[in-house]
Amino acid sequence: MAEFTYEVAKISNKNKFSEVITEIARADEEIVVLCADIMQSVGPGFIKEFPDRYISTGIAEQDMIGIAAGLATCRKKPFAITMAGFASMRACEQVRTDVAYPRLNVKIVGTHSGISAGAMGTTHHAIEDIAIMRSIPNMTVIVPADYTETEKATRALVDYDGPAFMRLARNPDPVIYREDYEFTIGKAVTLREGDDVALIAAGRMVIEAMGAAQYLAEKGISARVLNMHTIKPLDCEAVRKAAWETRLIATVEEHTIIGGLGGAVAEVAAEEGKAPVKRFGLKDAFSTIGDEKDLRRKYGLTAQDIARNVERMLN
Amino acid sequence: MAEVGRSKVEKLGVEELKEIAREVRRRTVQTLHGAGGGHYGGSLSVVEALTALYFRVLRYDSSNPSWEERDRFVLSKGHACASFSVALSMAGFFPGEWLESFNKFESPLGVHPDMHKIPGCDMSTGSLGHGLPVGVGMAIAGKFDGKGYRVFVMVGDGECQEGSIWEAAMAAAHHRLDNLVCMVDRNMLNLDGPTEEVMKLEPFTKKWESFGWCLRCVDGHDMGQVVEALESVPFCEGKPSVIILNTIKGKGIPFLEGKVSSHYSKLTDEQVSQVLATL
Ligand SMILES: Cc1ncc(C[n+]2csc(CCOP(=O)(O)OP(=O)(O)O)c2C)c(N)n1
Repeated sequence: MAEFTYEVAKISNKNKFSEVITEIARADEEIVVLCADIMQSVGPGFIKEFPDRYISTGIAEQDMIGIAAGLATCRKKPFAITMAGFASMRACEQVRTDVAYPRLNVKIVGTHSGISAGAMGTTHHAIEDIAIMRSIPNMTVIVPADYTETEKATRALVDYDGPAFMRLARNPDPVIYREDYEFTIGKAVTLREGDDVALIAAGRMVIEAMGAAQYLAEKGISARVLNMHTIKPLDCEAVRKAAWETRLIATVEEHTIIGGLGGAVAEVAAEEGKAPVKRFGLKDAFSTIGDEKDLRRKYGLTAQDIARNVERMLN
Repeated sequence: MAEVGRSKVEKLGVEELKEIAREVRRRTVQTLHGAGGGHYGGSLSVVEALTALYFRVLRYDSSNPSWEERDRFVLSKGHACASFSVALSMAGFFPGEWLESFNKFESPLGVHPDMHKIPGCDMSTGSLGHGLPVGVGMAIAGKFDGKGYRVFVMVGDGECQEGSIWEAAMAAAHHRLDNLVCMVDRNMLNLDGPTEEVMKLEPFTKKWESFGWCLRCVDGHDMGQVVEALESVPFCEGKPSVIILNTIKGKGIPFLEGKVSSHYSKLTDEQVSQVLATL
């Protein structure tokens, strides 16, 4: 099996977001940024350029979300940044009750997603955030796969009036998109056609799904790859099509297999009653310490692991 | 320096403690460098306090980490796990070689402490603002059970921006927890910048006092002062005690001391040898 290789971007999705929001803010005066003391890590460009539109909340994530909600009631367009685990868990009720329930235009940006915080360990890994955010009515949940998609998602979120959560990893991720494409909230991107299996992935796992598809092709298995960048509202049509047109759906996410992308896809696929669903992700256990590559290997989240398991299931 | 088990550390003098603190600091730098970088700033500012705790103040048995009568310690600012791990290993809880695996795949030791992997660690931490409420719980349990143990919690000053710290502060006073000691690492820095710019804490001592705590401020790098304060708790009967440790973030690494960049840094081999030579 020829090894699947890819190019890693020079910039992380979180740093790309920081650049893009700064650029957009030049034309849109209502954009304000809030951060709970991790702006050095996200990129302090916005603070330098717009010190008056940056709101430092200190290490106080609940307060930050509440403040963002208040700003949104006064027509501001707040982007509130903290690590994905703190956004979804520490400030969970503020997100639900102060942002989602009144359907306010607050954008929550969760960084250090999945296991990308590596040796920072369990407290800094976010493996439940998609499930939590997705379960809240009115929320939109977006997981960009690379920096190009992060840029497009950020622009789309500025244009969208309502509560949303965007999940970004800590380190530079592999490059998925080399040319322009159309990003629409709620519309999956078909990266590869195929009809034996549909690999549905999001975020950092999209590249592994692409790699798995390549390995599977060598075995004569044709894999469709869908980049499901929007977990909510889910592109149900793309899932239904996959259920009817392929023999197996496999979801891949850097998240617990409970309630995230896998959960969302399985809910739709179950109603079709056609293709079975296999979920790749962390299996209901807290993640351990290590470099993110080692962790992916441990949790079976590499292209090889996915290909091997899919092949076994199809045979 | 040999690992010093609890039995041998009953009454180390201030001079001996200073020597141990020097060794804790050296090993912390080595550990973080071996890990490829890390939280030098917040790990080094608490070295004297950890040394005083583990080599003079705390009652524990390193051969029986779950001894029920032991004093509890919660490192609420969990990102200081490097110096905490060094102190625990030197206190005899686990072999010093473990430090070489710091941050490595499946190591018991990483950026933040896990109580099920680190012998002597009483609580898993890493998300800020959690340790003081947990300490309140431990202190209430001690009162329930009529046990004489004390509970020490180390929080960062930036960490005190979390509302949960003040909810716990209220609860501790409400429940008259004079068996609880909060130690605040007042190094004046957050991750993003000076605490007073990120989110103003002053008048900080008045806040604690108005929440019903008895307070002492000491130079957190003056071993004599640190020991004296820790040995004087509870400062008042029926009230929780808070010790404000005035410290320098990155203490011991001249080019990081007091700098925002000390929060998380990577040093070169050269810088590390230079630092170790001066420590
Ligand atoms: C709830 C939470 N929010 C954010 C972080 C990320 N973080 C880690 S350390 C730190 C700064 C801590 O400042 P302080 O408490 O003053 O500690 P010190 O300066 O001693 O390192 C931040 C924001 C975290 N660990 N937990």
